Amino acid sequence: MSAFDLLLALALLLTAWRALASPELFRAVVLFIVFGLLMALAWARLAAPDIALAEAAIGAGLTGALLLDAVGHLRRGLRRKTPRRGP
Amino acid sequence: MKKALQWTVAALCALLAAALTVALLALPGAPVRLAAEVEAQLPASGVAHPVTAVLLNFRGYDTLLEVAVLLLALLGMLAAGAGPRALAVPPDPLLAVPPDPLLAGLARTLAPLMLLVAGYLLWAGAHRPGGAFQAGAVLAAAAVLLRLAGLLPAWARPGRRLRLAWAAGFALFLLAAAGGLAAGALLRYPPDWAGALILAIEAGLTFSLGLILAGLFLAGPEAPRGGGGA
Repeated sequence: MSAFDLLLALALLLTAWRALASPELFRAVVLFIVFGLLMALAWARLAAPDIALAEAAIGAGLTGALLLDAVGHLRRGLRRKTPRRGP
Repeated sequence: MKKALQWTVAALCALLAAALTVALLALPGAPVRLAAEVEAQLPASGVAHPVTAVLLNFRGYDTLLEVAVLLLALLGMLAAGAGPRALAVPPDPLLAVPPDPLLAGLARTLAPLMLLVAGYLLWAGAHRPGGAFQAGAVLAAAAVLLRLAGLLPAWARPGRRLRLAWAAGFALFLLAAAGGLAAGALLRYPPDWAGALILAIEAGLTFSLGLILAGLFLAGPEAPRGGGGA
């Protein structure tokens, strides 16, 4: 196990925690995407390129896009209720 | 009070994680070395990459049901989104703003390349990491990018052709699986044709999965153009 792997594991735990604990939804989603990309890197380090590809494409990319979409919908809902509060 | 609840939940989660870890460590080793079995049967599978052999041939049933689940998820979303409540959402003011010309230019340049990558992933699946799911995800990403750049309209009312395309991959897979019934069992491909059959199934799956995954984003009465977080 190299220093890189150790750093990767720490970064994974940190981004996972930050994504869950972040009060702001947009930041949480971005952290989730970062987590997915780091996870893909971890799978690649574990010599599982198939899972790495799937994680990067579906876990980080597509799920991230869907979550961003959902945050946008939620924000628009909020803005409709309180028109003065800008984005 | 809320803080105490949060800590309680966190402690319970940690306890569950610890219990799962202990259970996982206590599991006995696998009685059969599956990797060796797959290696031994690989020549009969029709493909050279063990992961694709397992996904499309040895454990094709799992993949078939996975595709069905994705299709059902999309159908459920369409059914839930078609109600009067969803249609009552007012149009997004951002949609009136023309999209960034830089983004549109980038999307125009990237989309053909993404098509090429999807085709490569599909073809590569037979002998190296790749395959229908990854290729489909790249296709879907291309569609989402084009949508965000304002080059592709939202699929407000999916027509018959789109619906057929959504179901085509699953239908093709099911047909191939049922064809195996003539040979004795569901999903039993004749060894001579297995390679060609798997390629055909994967091509159909790539096409349909790309459209299904893109449909999760693009279908529905209203989809934002400016990206959620912008």
